[in-house]
Amino acid sequence: MTEHGSIIYVEDLTVSFDGFVALNKLNFFMDYGELRFVIGPNGAGKTTLLDVICGKVKPTKGRVIFGRDSDISTYREHEIAHLGIGRKFQTPSIYLHHTVRENIELSLKQDKSVWATLFRRLSSESEDRIEAVLDMIGLAEKPHQIAGSLSHGEKQWLEIGMVMAQEAKLLLIDEPVAGMTDHETEKTGILLQTIAKERSVLVIEHDMEFVRQISNKVSVLHEGQLLCEGSVDEVQNNEEVMEIYLGRG
Amino acid sequence: MFVSHQKKKGEWLVLTVIAFGLLVVVPLLNLVPGEESFLYLSDFQINLLGKYLAFAILALGIDLIWGYTGILSLGHGVFFGLGAYCMGMHLMLQIGDRSVYGSAIPDFMVWNRVTELPLFWKPFSSFLFMSGAVIFVPMLVAALFGFFAFRSRIRGVYFAIITQAFALSAWLLFNRNELNLGGTNGLTDFKTLLGFELADPNTVRGLYIVTVIALIGAYLFCWWMVRSRLGKVLVAIRDHENRLRYSGYSPAAFKTMVFVISAGLAGLAGALYVPQVGIITPSQMGVLPSIEMVVWVAVGGRGALYGAVIGAVGVNWARSFLTTNYPDVWLYFLGGLFMAVVLLFPNGIVGLVQQAQRWIGRRFS
Repeated sequence: MTEHGSIIYVEDLTVSFDGFVALNKLNFFMDYGELRFVIGPNGAGKTTLLDVICGKVKPTKGRVIFGRDSDISTYREHEIAHLGIGRKFQTPSIYLHHTVRENIELSLKQDKSVWATLFRRLSSESEDRIEAVLDMIGLAEKPHQIAGSLSHGEKQWLEIGMVMAQEAKLLLIDEPVAGMTDHETEKTGILLQTIAKERSVLVIEHDMEFVRQISNKVSVLHEGQLLCEGSVDEVQNNEEVMEIYLGRG
Repeated sequence: MFVSHQKKKGEWLVLTVIAFGLLVVVPLLNLVPGEESFLYLSDFQINLLGKYLAFAILALGIDLIWGYTGILSLGHGVFFGLGAYCMGMHLMLQIGDRSVYGSAIPDFMVWNRVTELPLFWKPFSSFLFMSGAVIFVPMLVAALFGFFAFRSRIRGVYFAIITQAFALSAWLLFNRNELNLGGTNGLTDFKTLLGFELADPNTVRGLYIVTVIALIGAYLFCWWMVRSRLGKVLVAIRDHENRLRYSGYSPAAFKTMVFVISAGLAGLAGALYVPQVGIITPSQMGVLPSIEMVVWVAVGGRGALYGAVIGAVGVNWARSFLTTNYPDVWLYFLGGLFMAVVLLFPNGIVGLVQQAQRWIGRRFS
């Protein structure tokens, strides 16, 4: 990553659903090449933040600046995806009736118009790219398995692989290790670190042990606002953070 | 891999044999054996089969949009009707002075005191114009409807409901005499097409053969579509539309496209239906026929092209058989069939056969 400065910059962002304020004048930014974790109690607005960045939710107020682009908050989902933002959802979101390989193939960075999907064949670079992604997510042995028959952990990896195949510059990943075994969690951690070598990654996570294992910088959201930022230790020793996690018992 | 490759080969072998049978053997059975022979197929039977195969073309289109893409349309009767009316108008203008009133304009217009042929009727005297219109008019209507519906992200049951409302309004509209399309009575009393007498057995056979060729063409076209990457995108829309959106696809474009194609196939089916059956009325394009079309595909098996063909031919054959022999039973049969498909074999006849194959495979291997 040769670019410098912030890859994503969220300014004065407010999102309210019928009066419920999910994000409240949030300011947040992240640099190129960062692997950032966002934590916070339920209802803090973590998922809403990702939803706004990828275009799923339109903000009530505020701007979202991606790289050198101007405000992307009015763009449509597939346009944002084309700019280079990939989203991994909390529950595995894959095409259950397609094979593992087809799932990756559909996600590859390529012309995604009706015309091109009907007439263009897959280039040999694309074939190589599919192999490379399958290797990275550890599913190289099962390219022709129907995705619906994978285990929970494998489905999560497959979706991470789909976002990688998209060649997104910024990956938004929502609770990747929820429901995983310890072994799977460990593998996922390694996978995320590998991805972060080439791309910027923003991860929402509840599992503090997991966060401690791999992250250098953590942001804490609370009631739609940024409470504090810093290393895992700094954040865990912050009094306000201790209060919101433990204090209200 | 090897097994599925072998299976695909077998599938194509069977399909080729069936296509050959329909295209060559069936017309020969009409021509060669004497009328007493048990192999003989009467003109009437050829005509009926031609009608079923026209319906099969429409069923392919419904399978594309419903079976593959997961969008339930209850308005395909309209597209079928539009194609049928385009052909019907051309046939009306071929009647000429052989009409009851001997007038240059269709009888129902004389009856409605219309003195001059309405402007929109005029181009339909051209066979070439009509041939394009039977496909492009339904496609155009579907493009407009689909563009607004899919852009507004109307989905699932809501989409089904507005297509049903669409079918109802089209039916109401075509029932009006003011539209100059024959009102409730529709268009009928056709005599010739391209100079061929429609009542002539040779014309009946010719229309049948044209329908078989159109069905083969439509089948190959749909097969080419579903095996391309676009086909995979369609199934992905059915399984997880949101994922696709965040992967950079615009589902609305794909949905509109497949809706338009299936409307074109329905229009083609309508155009082949009219000269073989000899009449088109609004009652063939309303809510009920639209639902029946969906039942054909459900019975045959969604998501497999040959399933749609089996369903369209099978259900319509059953309809002819029952309405002739047990007229009271037909509607109960249709209703029962639909419930059985929903409750007992959701993947239709094709799914049932696959289940049986697996069962036999487990038992005897």
